[in-house]
Amino acid sequence: MSVATASGYLESLLQGRAQLPISPLAWLNRLRAEAVERVGALRVPTTHDEDWRFTDISSLTKLPFQPVHAASPLQTAEAERFYLEPATIRLVFVDGMYAPQLSTQVPGAAGDSGIVVTHLSAAVSAHATTLESHLGRHAEFCNNAFTALNTAFLHDGALIIVPRDVAVDMPVHLLFIATQKEAASYPRCLLIAESGSAVTVIEDYVALQQGVYVTNAVTEIALADNAHVNHIRVQRDSGQAFHIADCAVSLARASRYQSTSIALGARISRYNLNVQLAGEGAECAVDGLALITERQLADTHTCIDHIKPHGSSRQLHKCIVDGAAHAVFNGKIMVRPGAQLTDSVQSSRNLLLSGRAHVDTKPQLEIFADDVKCAHGATVGQLDSEEVFYLKSRGLSEMTARNLLTYAFGAEIIERIPVSSLRHRLKQTVLEHTQRN
Amino acid sequence: MIYPDSKSLLEVRGLRATVNGIEILKGIDLTVRSGEVHAIMGTNGSGKSTFAKVLAGHTAYEVTGGTVLFEGKNLFELAPEERARAGVFLAFQYPIEIPGVANNQFLRLTYNTVQTQRGKDELDPLEFDDFVREKMKMLEMSPDFLDRSVNAGFSGGEKKRNEILQMALLEPRLAILDETDSGLDIDALRIVANGVNQLATRDNATILVTHYQRLLNYIVPDYVHVMESGRIIKTGGKQLALELESHGYDWVSSEQRAAAGA
Repeated sequence: MSVATASGYLESLLQGRAQLPISPLAWLNRLRAEAVERVGALRVPTTHDEDWRFTDISSLTKLPFQPVHAASPLQTAEAERFYLEPATIRLVFVDGMYAPQLSTQVPGAAGDSGIVVTHLSAAVSAHATTLESHLGRHAEFCNNAFTALNTAFLHDGALIIVPRDVAVDMPVHLLFIATQKEAASYPRCLLIAESGSAVTVIEDYVALQQGVYVTNAVTEIALADNAHVNHIRVQRDSGQAFHIADCAVSLARASRYQSTSIALGARISRYNLNVQLAGEGAECAVDGLALITERQLADTHTCIDHIKPHGSSRQLHKCIVDGAAHAVFNGKIMVRPGAQLTDSVQSSRNLLLSGRAHVDTKPQLEIFADDVKCAHGATVGQLDSEEVFYLKSRGLSEMTARNLLTYAFGAEIIERIPVSSLRHRLKQTVLEHTQRN
Repeated sequence: MIYPDSKSLLEVRGLRATVNGIEILKGIDLTVRSGEVHAIMGTNGSGKSTFAKVLAGHTAYEVTGGTVLFEGKNLFELAPEERARAGVFLAFQYPIEIPGVANNQFLRLTYNTVQTQRGKDELDPLEFDDFVREKMKMLEMSPDFLDRSVNAGFSGGEKKRNEILQMALLEPRLAILDETDSGLDIDALRIVANGVNQLATRDNATILVTHYQRLLNYIVPDYVHVMESGRIIKTGGKQLALELESHGYDWVSSEQRAAAGA
């Protein structure tokens, strides 16, 4: 994104900061001030910016989205349909604001391990040093207007700290519920997995009702040596909403990061995922599924950055595009000179279910080391007629055959989610989606 | 087995078919009666697999001439799924993989779809589980295959056994086995052949499409047909397969040419 003169629109969005409380932490106030400055210097990207070539977000600038200031009185009865079984450690944010009445405490057994799952503003005194060394340090905002905006509004958010050698069995569910139209929310998550720890975190964006709003989320994840993080991200925002998100992950030696991101909602969504394999022998598996229809646009930009030797990355990104929807995938694999013996496989597979559906996929390999294994491939197509015939020859109707194959195409990604209730729910969503046709 | 009074199941007369405008089948005549096992042999490109796919209704092939009656009804008026429900089954040479769909779900879906169309009751998951496990024993298949995705990561032999398992579940009147022996080791071949033999009754019939005589040591055909250039050029009993094995396909072709020249 190029730096240009201050955009009136972005500055107008900053008005809502007037209500932000001043933090007791001087460095946090400084961080926010730097972000405000960057917002002033940047502009909303257009399709003339290489990174936004296929994603026109000019419609965003037609509405003066502002954050809500009154906590929503949302009650359990309205929120519990989004809860996951069996129990999770749950933090709920409504329109970007922490909702204690809907969140759970860390249960005794897990609590004894020392795991911290709390909202940021409650943690400023107890974890000030940890926060200072991580918050805003992974998600770069110098050249990203939306991350800068999120950082300018940095006040609350989710904080997870998994102590050394602790493996948490119970998944952590971060639930972001949108309830108000024309609202802007700036969700922020920070996950710190100390050495040898293991945790599963579900970042889940849902809407109580249809409506136009904007979610601008930033997540930072730091894995210390030998840590293992399973990160599931489900974006099921309202079909009219804007969802723009940035996730920055840093992996230390022999750590392992698994990411499964599912994009179902939003009129326009954009997800940037940057994974840095900054320690020797780090591994990541980055999988994604976009399932969109009508006039939806889902854009996923990932960058897997191999910095040290013996790293491994696996990526399978799938899009199922129906109606007049448009999917974008840009998958960059960077192998730096120091990253010898890197082993990387990337695959982008896309299924177009209608004549008006559209996909732009761009694998992008930048390799600066000579002893590496890197494979990539992209396919765009319709359902395979041999496969349809196989199923019909077993007595299934054309429609059942096509639905089953579409379902199977998506289920391959959903199968990788280690939380069975979420897996089941998402498969159900894919089934309903395919059967609508 | 040939029964003197059994009725005709399949009547193929002058069948012609093209793919992408190229004629592959150039006039096939074949009668199959219930109880019989027919082997269709021929070299690669002779049209034998095309014949199998045309009978099952593959859309890539265009039928340009001739008739096919199945139990007296015009087969070409039926869509592939209707043929399957009416009792035509094709075991694929290359069964497709469906990652993400569990084999037991798939098998139950096809079984119940076909049962419903035949006016019979569906089985619930528990009933079906008992039923399918019984059938799997015949094919020496481990119950693990039920939980795995359809054919995904199956070896060649496992895929073929899964095909015969589907045949056992759908109980076709006419089973067409397209190169079911290809890629099988001797143990898998014996198991698959045993399955096919056990499923053969007086009321159904089997067409084996194969390149090699080897399969016919295990499934003994009543008739052997030799295909060349889209036609059946010779028909005989099971000993014809042995002659082909020792003399090669050229022997039949040259015999035909000699007959034509005479």
